[in-house]
Amino acid sequence: MKRFSWFNATSLTLGFAFLYLPMIILVVYSFNASKLVTVWAGFSTKWYGELLQNEAFLDAAWVTIRVAVFSSTIATILGTMAAYILVRGGRFMGRTLFSGMIYAPLVMPEVITGLSLLLLFIGIGLDRGVFTIVLAHATFSMCYVSVVVSSRLVSFDKSLEEAALDLGCTAWQAFRLVTLPIIAPAVISGWLLAFTLSLDDLVIASFTSGPSSTTLPIKIFSAVRLGVSPEINALSTIMIGIVTIGVVSFSIMSKRNAVRREREERAAIHAT
Amino acid sequence: MKRLLIAVPYFWLLALFLVPFLIVFKISLSDVALARPPYFPQWQFEEGWSALTDYLRALDFENFWFLSTDDLYWKAYLSSLRIAVVATFFTLLVGFPIAYGMARAPLEWRPTLMMLVILPFWTSFLIRVYAWIGILSGEGYLNQFLMWLGVIQDPLIILNTNVAVYIGIVYTYLPFMILPIYSALEKLDESLLEAAEDLGCSRFTAFWLVTFPLSKQGIIAGCFLVFIPTIGEFVIPSLLGGSSTLMIGKVLWEEFFNNRDWPVASAVAVVLLLILIIPIILFQRNEQKNREAEG
Amino acid sequence: MMGAGLFLSVIFSGDVMASVAANQVFAPWNDPKETPLIEFRGVTKRFGDFTAIDDLSINIYEKEFFALLGPSGCGKTTMMRMLAGFETPTEGEIILAGQDIAPVPPNKRAVNMMFQSYALFPHLSIEDNIAFGLKREGMPKNDIADRVAEMLRLTRLEKFARRKPHQISGGQKQRVALARSLAKAPKLLLLDEPLGALDKKLRQDTQFELMDIQEKTGTTFVIVTHDQEEAMTVASRVAVMDHGKLMQVATPDRLYENPENVYVADFIGDVNLIEGTARKTGEGSYEINWCERTPPLKSTSDTVLSSGQGCTIAIRPEKVSISSEKPEEADNAVQGKIIDIAYLGNLSTYHVKLANGQMVKAQTANTRRISRRSFTWDDDVWLSWTATAGVLLKG
Repeated sequence: MKRFSWFNATSLTLGFAFLYLPMIILVVYSFNASKLVTVWAGFSTKWYGELLQNEAFLDAAWVTIRVAVFSSTIATILGTMAAYILVRGGRFMGRTLFSGMIYAPLVMPEVITGLSLLLLFIGIGLDRGVFTIVLAHATFSMCYVSVVVSSRLVSFDKSLEEAALDLGCTAWQAFRLVTLPIIAPAVISGWLLAFTLSLDDLVIASFTSGPSSTTLPIKIFSAVRLGVSPEINALSTIMIGIVTIGVVSFSIMSKRNAVRREREERAAIHAT
Repeated sequence: MKRLLIAVPYFWLLALFLVPFLIVFKISLSDVALARPPYFPQWQFEEGWSALTDYLRALDFENFWFLSTDDLYWKAYLSSLRIAVVATFFTLLVGFPIAYGMARAPLEWRPTLMMLVILPFWTSFLIRVYAWIGILSGEGYLNQFLMWLGVIQDPLIILNTNVAVYIGIVYTYLPFMILPIYSALEKLDESLLEAAEDLGCSRFTAFWLVTFPLSKQGIIAGCFLVFIPTIGEFVIPSLLGGSSTLMIGKVLWEEFFNNRDWPVASAVAVVLLLILIIPIILFQRNEQKNREAEG
Repeated sequence: MMGAGLFLSVIFSGDVMASVAANQVFAPWNDPKETPLIEFRGVTKRFGDFTAIDDLSINIYEKEFFALLGPSGCGKTTMMRMLAGFETPTEGEIILAGQDIAPVPPNKRAVNMMFQSYALFPHLSIEDNIAFGLKREGMPKNDIADRVAEMLRLTRLEKFARRKPHQISGGQKQRVALARSLAKAPKLLLLDEPLGALDKKLRQDTQFELMDIQEKTGTTFVIVTHDQEEAMTVASRVAVMDHGKLMQVATPDRLYENPENVYVADFIGDVNLIEGTARKTGEGSYEINWCERTPPLKSTSDTVLSSGQGCTIAIRPEKVSISSEKPEEADNAVQGKIIDIAYLGNLSTYHVKLANGQMVKAQTANTRRISRRSFTWDDDVWLSWTATAGVLLKG
């Protein structure tokens, strides 16, 4: 405590100012009445109104959400399976290749992943659209999910599963009734991670999307190339708002759970 | 049952990760052609064995040769590496004091500080880069502020230069640097610093002889986590960088979408991957060492 | 507690008693000409509203092995951290070798500390850990090497010099920590629960090793511990602390035989406490009324009590005899029923309930291998002790 000096206070203040000021400015100027984004001309919510009128953006948003929901759900299922195999699967043929394929996409530049998937889709004559983006996103997201889930599985007491088997469960029942409820928080955060990765992705979506399936990041990117626009500010603010509310409430919820759990444990100790 | 469990994700990854990559490798050996798809040769399965041998004979390393002769490419690789190194260094410079401050902050603040560092992670990367366009442009907020202060008379030209790219990288990758360093510093036992002082160290030498070496693993991990993705970065150089900003991700993109030269784009990708293998292996080794030290 | 009582009664019987007697030759605290190495003068330490140390004064002398003993939260660690320089007193002063050390930062003090967690630098080898403080002093390389070798020899760690801390056992880590803190030849060595992380057997061996090293180096040791056996074994004097206050400072034998208050009597070893009111019967002798319808208990005392004052007799179980008939010539004899018998091998402890419900413990040594057990559960027995066996305490 005593080492929390003025130096630390300053570096934290400056550091967090650096992290947050750009976003705060963005949010503030989204309520700017002027078309010139860098000149303040009074408070207005008109850009939000215009955004909601903009069919192209709304279509893109709808595509993005559909892609994100499907791809993150597939990624969560596949990723959880992969994590389970890696942690509990023991030895099987091609295990090294498998774990390599799980970790490689995490460090693979997006341009390469996007390029290679596009070449595959063309090679097998698959028309590009929502379906191909979902395939692409599910593939790289499942690796992230499997990392998140396997870190939880590693710290998970294997004897719980063995107890379930001992009490007459089949392997599937043991997984569904014992393992899954315990690793559920990791699976949920894996899903959330996959969901945001998909919402966020520009590069891979650019390679794998077709003309009728423009996602929001692609739309934003092409708009932004022309410079700052108040509509994009408004859109960014909405996205930042959703993420902030989501993350903050998720962490408050998990903190509350932890506090409750601790209180119950303490009560249990005093009760005996 | 277990076979099925293994088979599904296994084949998924084979089909959508490994096979596509092999296709990239194959196309990198082909020639560009005015066709759909725009490369040659194409192997038709029905044409049989002789077609296959003809096909294999037509593959060559010409594209790689092209990459080495046209200095655009190796300049782009070198420039990507240089930008990645410089940006990683600055990220460390900015990130370390923050991580250090967090690790020394009162215990009850730490979860909140942690969340504040992670929160930008969940926010759109594109939006975070976009936010800087408005700040750094000629009539942007930074120039307005500095001119209002009277520090400068004429606006600084930052946007569309490498400086803007550095700022963008430091900004977006900062959490990757802070988190591993923080977790190394947080594990540091306060009594080690007291022991160092007890044995005659000043605060500064205690930092240098104890804190710094013990957070080395975290620093290395953080640097790789910034360096590796930065090399192939596309969004930041194309939004914040200028025409003179050469980064290989951008070159690949343009080669593919603008020039429609798929074989060369594929060759660029293969070389990029070869370059990345070294830092990736070093990173894995560092992580391994970390785990061993802990286990 | 049972084990502790057993251990203490071993200490104060026979051979060990002799060594305690030998120790008393070294008693600078009884010599008014000696100047103390460390003086705490009215030291108070507050953390916010919490008072960790409350107006405390102690003198510690050169070459002493001084123990601060107390339960956790009693302020003993705060005392040590003030000596090391990691905390400063809120009030009062600490004098080390005639100098007030408050303004001296920890890295400039001729005081070294052995940390409870050992605080070995994980990235440095054992020899580099030991050399760490010497390098900070700017000692010439050759001298450092000699000194490190000497410390390694002293702590029998020669074989491990090049290992890293995670490659050695807990007991070896403890010795490295000791060697590192002794390497700079400090005037004063502070040991914070130095043996807390070791298992019981190793702890006992290490206690004797510590005493040996302290004697060899002639360094003043101040040890903080919550383990009374450890404090009693190693220390020349023990300070018993509770809630930031000093309860008693004395040699281990005086602490056991002449506790100054109920807290110390109860904290050190096993004891029977009988409350009553005193009536003076002569110079230093009293009768204590403790229960209606029973004769008063007789006790001598150095503490001056006035008649009618509330008091407590503290009497150790081994000083209470047990018999089936009422003994003829005992100063004090009370009757009761055996509720419990604890057989400890060398000793047996009888828990006897007196008529008024008071429990009294009596201990007998099992000197014969196959003894006829004379008492069993529910036997009515007599407990007796002499007037000098107990200690009479106020309150």
